[in-house]
Amino acid sequence: MDTQTFLIAAIIKIALVAFLLLTGVAYTTWLERKIIGRIQNRWGPTRVGPFGLLQPLADGIKFILKEDMVPDNVHKGLYILAPMLALSMALISIAVIPFGETITVNGTQTALQITGVPQPGQPHPGDINIGLLIILGVTSIGVYGIALAGWSSNSKYALLGSLRASAQMISYELALGLSLVGVLILAGSFSLRAIVDSQAGAWFWHIPRWYIFPQLIAFFVYLMAAYAETNRIPFDLPEAETELVAGYHTEYSAMKFAMFFMAEYLNMITVSCIATLLFFGGWHGPLFGPPLLQSLLPVFWFAAKIFVFMFVYIWIRGTLPRFRYDQLMAFGWKFLLPLAIANIIVTSFIVAVWGHS
Amino acid sequence: MLDNNYFIRYLPLLIQVGVGIALAAVMVTLSHLLGKHKWTPAKNSPYECGITPTGDAQGRFSVKFYMVAMLFILFDVEAVFLYPWAVIARKLGMFGFWEMLVYIGLVLVGFFYIWKKGMIDWNKPERNEA
Repeated sequence: MDTQTFLIAAIIKIALVAFLLLTGVAYTTWLERKIIGRIQNRWGPTRVGPFGLLQPLADGIKFILKEDMVPDNVHKGLYILAPMLALSMALISIAVIPFGETITVNGTQTALQITGVPQPGQPHPGDINIGLLIILGVTSIGVYGIALAGWSSNSKYALLGSLRASAQMISYELALGLSLVGVLILAGSFSLRAIVDSQAGAWFWHIPRWYIFPQLIAFFVYLMAAYAETNRIPFDLPEAETELVAGYHTEYSAMKFAMFFMAEYLNMITVSCIATLLFFGGWHGPLFGPPLLQSLLPVFWFAAKIFVFMFVYIWIRGTLPRFRYDQLMAFGWKFLLPLAIANIIVTSFIVAVWGHS
Repeated sequence: MLDNNYFIRYLPLLIQVGVGIALAAVMVTLSHLLGKHKWTPAKNSPYECGITPTGDAQGRFSVKFYMVAMLFILFDVEAVFLYPWAVIARKLGMFGFWEMLVYIGLVLVGFFYIWKKGMIDWNKPERNEA
């Protein structure tokens, strides 16, 4: 495969992934409204199309046709930059996520990952070896989008919301980053492909070798921190409707308002992808049937695992109340952070004693 | 064969960065072009529950937020320092474990200090500088 084919394949993959992702985001909103409706003994959207399936499309058209307001006294440049920053950073972090092994189209083998590199003569494709660091770095830049949105709006609610959001996100980022260290010790690589490959196979009694079993505490810390990072219930203090109107996007309207939501849902998908890759064996699952089915099943398993995570997100939103802010900070700093550090010490000790396998 | 150039592998990421920014820019521009614009002074004032906004919003805010940001920088640098060690922890074996235990111990001393100092107690009233 020469460089030209490689780049063309990359562009095709980027277009496909962007399309699937944005459709996925749209239908996550539909799914959320539908499930929350059912949890609250309502129907959810039913009018637009069968089962309300065209509702996301109607929402999108409405968002883009609404009046695009820029209030007085805002810092105009940053005000427009903020939603763009939030959305584009959420889109970029998807690039390093692998969703399967390889597929062969017209004799050209290509990895099912935007940054994946086929290795000649080997069945497994390669990967840029700092995938996880790129995700952590890019999602951290996303915090700027929220901080700038609140500050540039020149509104008290927006400022309070963005301050809360920034403090919360950077606090939980520590726990999030430290919870991943346990998996890194076990896998010994930053490459997401290498981490997934090290989870292939099964222990005795057909228990899959997923890192959820040895790293259960790390997974718990990761899940809590990920919920806080994406500003979802029970950590949705930044947009607490009862006290802050809408938090950092109070002053936004039309598509700019929607872009913050798209970024939020994209980030939900990204953290679900990382949880799947690091703790649930990525695309590994039972394979059966004809060759075509066998080549498609890994992608299906990957999507199914992500779907489960998204469902849990929505389920928790329909179940739990909101934290108080001091409880939130105490939970992050005094509980999750020590727990993550303890997990690192125990994991590295066990690996140091019995790890030479 | 793919060129033996390490940079080539990062080109798709660079394209994705371009696509991400372009998509966001197109959305903002389309929304600006398609939506109607009918601005009135009342509509353009910042939202404050319908009453006339008082004062400027970009004033002072609680020092606790700065404290959290400072602590984040300190601890995040420490967390990032753990990453390269974690990747080769298996090869380093017992030696690496003890070395890192000393490091984590030092971090925990600092953590204990800020905990006792009350920097992460959100409800603690700020000290009177009398």
